[in-house]
Amino acid sequence: MLEIYRKMSLIRSFEEKIHESHEKGMLSFAKGFVHLYVGEEAVAVGTCANLRKDDYITSTHRGHGHCIAKGARLDKMMAEIFGKRTGYCQGRGGSMHIAVSEIGILGTNGIVGAGIPQAVGAGLSIKLRGTDQVAVAFFGDGASNTGAFHEGLNLAALWKLPVIFVCENNLYGISVHVSCSTSVQDIADRAKAYGIPGKVVDGMDVLAVFEAVREAVQRARRGLGPTLIECKTYRFRGHFEGEFWKPSYRTDEEIDQWKKKCPIARFKKKLFDMNALTQEEAEAIEREVASQVEAAFKFAMESPLPEPESALYGVFAQQQEVKEK
Amino acid sequence: MREITYAQAIREALREEMLRDKSVFVMGEDVRMSIWATDGLVKEFGEERVRDTPISELGVVGCAVGAAMTGMRPVVEIMFDDLLPVCSEQIVNQAARTRYMFARNIKLPIVIRVPGGGGVSGAGHHSSSLEAWFMHVPGLKLAIPATPYDAKGLLKTAIRGDDPVLFKEHKLLYGTKGPVPEGECSIPFGEAEIRKDGGDVTIVATSLMVVKALKAAEKLAEEGIDAEIIDPRTLVPLDESKIIDSVKKTGKLVVCHESWRRCGVGSEIASIVAEKALEYLDAPIKRVTTKDAPFPYSPTLEEYILPNEAEIIKTVRELIR
Repeated sequence: MLEIYRKMSLIRSFEEKIHESHEKGMLSFAKGFVHLYVGEEAVAVGTCANLRKDDYITSTHRGHGHCIAKGARLDKMMAEIFGKRTGYCQGRGGSMHIAVSEIGILGTNGIVGAGIPQAVGAGLSIKLRGTDQVAVAFFGDGASNTGAFHEGLNLAALWKLPVIFVCENNLYGISVHVSCSTSVQDIADRAKAYGIPGKVVDGMDVLAVFEAVREAVQRARRGLGPTLIECKTYRFRGHFEGEFWKPSYRTDEEIDQWKKKCPIARFKKKLFDMNALTQEEAEAIEREVASQVEAAFKFAMESPLPEPESALYGVFAQQQEVKEK
Repeated sequence: MREITYAQAIREALREEMLRDKSVFVMGEDVRMSIWATDGLVKEFGEERVRDTPISELGVVGCAVGAAMTGMRPVVEIMFDDLLPVCSEQIVNQAARTRYMFARNIKLPIVIRVPGGGGVSGAGHHSSSLEAWFMHVPGLKLAIPATPYDAKGLLKTAIRGDDPVLFKEHKLLYGTKGPVPEGECSIPFGEAEIRKDGGDVTIVATSLMVVKALKAAEKLAEEGIDAEIIDPRTLVPLDESKIIDSVKKTGKLVVCHESWRRCGVGSEIASIVAEKALEYLDAPIKRVTTKDAPFPYSPTLEEYILPNEAEIIKTVRELIR
C-alpha cells in the first residue's frame, strides 16, 4: 500500500520537475513534445502494481507515469528527456520514445494507438513461448477511435491472448472532447463488439484500478483472454507543456473539479483513515521522493550530450556493431 | 543441382528456418491454404506457427512488431504490395525505427514478405511494386530476389538477421524454375550478382526485369551489343560498388524496374552513379520502368505501361548509336 502511494508521489514529483524545467526554458528545444501525466497517476500505478518484472507494457506519448510505475530508473528517464547520452535511449528517443527491455517496457510511442497491436504481439509471443506472462497496452480515449485499437482487440480476442487493454479516458484528444470524437459514452462498451469483458473504473481511485486490473491479469494468466478496462481520469495539465490556447478548451471550474479528485490526496486520506500511514511517514515519503527526483535531475544535468556523429549509428544491427567498436 | 520453383524455394527457406529455430513463425492471410510459398507448412508445424490472420494488415504487422520485440522471429505475408499502405504505419513508424530510437534496447527481427508486380490484370489495387517507397525509409532492409536460388538464400538471411526486412517477391516469378541447393545456402545482403558479363552497356535490373533484361541481352548480342546485367538482389543495403565498377567499364547505364518512374528505384541508382562516376559516362543514364499511371485492368492498357524486353532493346540501341 505504501509502495503504491510512494510510486504515485514519485510520478507526480517527476512530472512537476519537468514542468518546472520547461517553464524555465530548459526544454525549449523540445517544442511542445513533452506530455505530462499529472492527475492520471492512479491508472499507471494501480495497473503496474499487478505486474511482474517480466510482464510487458506498451505505452503512449504520455508515458512517463507508465515507465516509472513499471520500474524504470528516474535518472535515465530524466536524462533521456533532456536529450542526454546517459538516457535510456542515448538521447535518440526523448519523452515519447523510451524503452527498457529488461523490465518489459516495450516503448512509449509517438503514434496514437500504435502500441495496442504491439501489446497484442507480445501476447502472441507469450502464447507461442508458453509462459504465464501478460502484456498491458496503455492508451487514451483518442486511440480507441483508431483502426489499430479495433484490429488489436479483435486479434487478441480471437486468439485469446493474455493482454489487458487499459484505456485512460482523460476526456480530451488534444483539444477535442470525447463527446465530439467517440460514438459511445463508455469506451469499455466497445469490448462487447469483440466478445471480451469490458469494465469502467474510477481512474482517480488507485485501488479501484488495482482491483479491476488484478482480475484481468488473473484471467489473462489463466489463458482466458483479454479484458478492456476504461479508467475515467483527467490530466491536470495541458495536452503538452507550453499549451497555448486561450481561452482554453477546458474551463477553470472543470479543472478544479477534477483536481479535487486528485488520486494521490485521495489515497493518502484513505491510508490515514485506515491508520496505514502516519503524518510522519507521509512526510518521510515526500522527502525521499523529492530527493530521488532531485538526484535524477542532477544526473541529467551533469550528463554529457550525445556525440553528433552517433546520430548515424545503429540504424541497422550490424552497422552498430562495426561503428561502436 | 536440382531445379525447383521460386515459390518452392521460399517455402524451403521458411521450412528450414522453422525447423532450425522455434522462434520463427509465419502469419498472414490464407497462409494455411496457400498453394504457393507456404504450401503444406501447416501440416508440419501446426496452426500456431502457420497462423492464418484476419484481413487486418495494420493489426497483424503491429502484432508482428510486438512479437519480434519479445523474442520471436515473425515472418508476415502481406498478399499484395498494394496492401502495404494499409499497414505502413507499423512498418515505417514502428518496425523500421524502433531499434534506432530505443538505442538497441529492443531488437526487431521481422520479415514482411510481399508478392508484388503487374502483368496479371490485377488492376489498380493488386499490381503495384512499391519498393521505392520503402527504400526511402531508414532502418528497413529490402530484398528483391529474381531467381529461386536468391529467393531461398536471401530469405534465410532475412529471417536470421536482427533487422526488419521487406522481402519483395514477384507473382510472375513464383512458377519460374532454377537451381537451388538443398539445405544451407544463405546469401549475404548487399552483394549484387552479375547475371551476365558484358562490356558495352550496364543494365541494372531488379526482380522480374532481370528475366526480361536477360532475354533482351540475347537479342542485343545478335546485333553485336554486349550488355552486362547486374541484379542488386537487395536494394537496402545496395551494392553500389559493383554498379559503379560496371559503369566505369561500359560508360553506359540503363536501370530497369517495375516500380514507377518518378522517384523510382532507378532515380536513386542514377543519382549514385551521377555522383560517383559521372566522368565515366559517355551517354545519358536511361530508365526503363513502369509508366507513371495507376495499373489499368485491360491487358492492352497494362502492357502499355509495363516495362518490357522491346523497350530495353530500343533504349540500349539508342545509347550505343
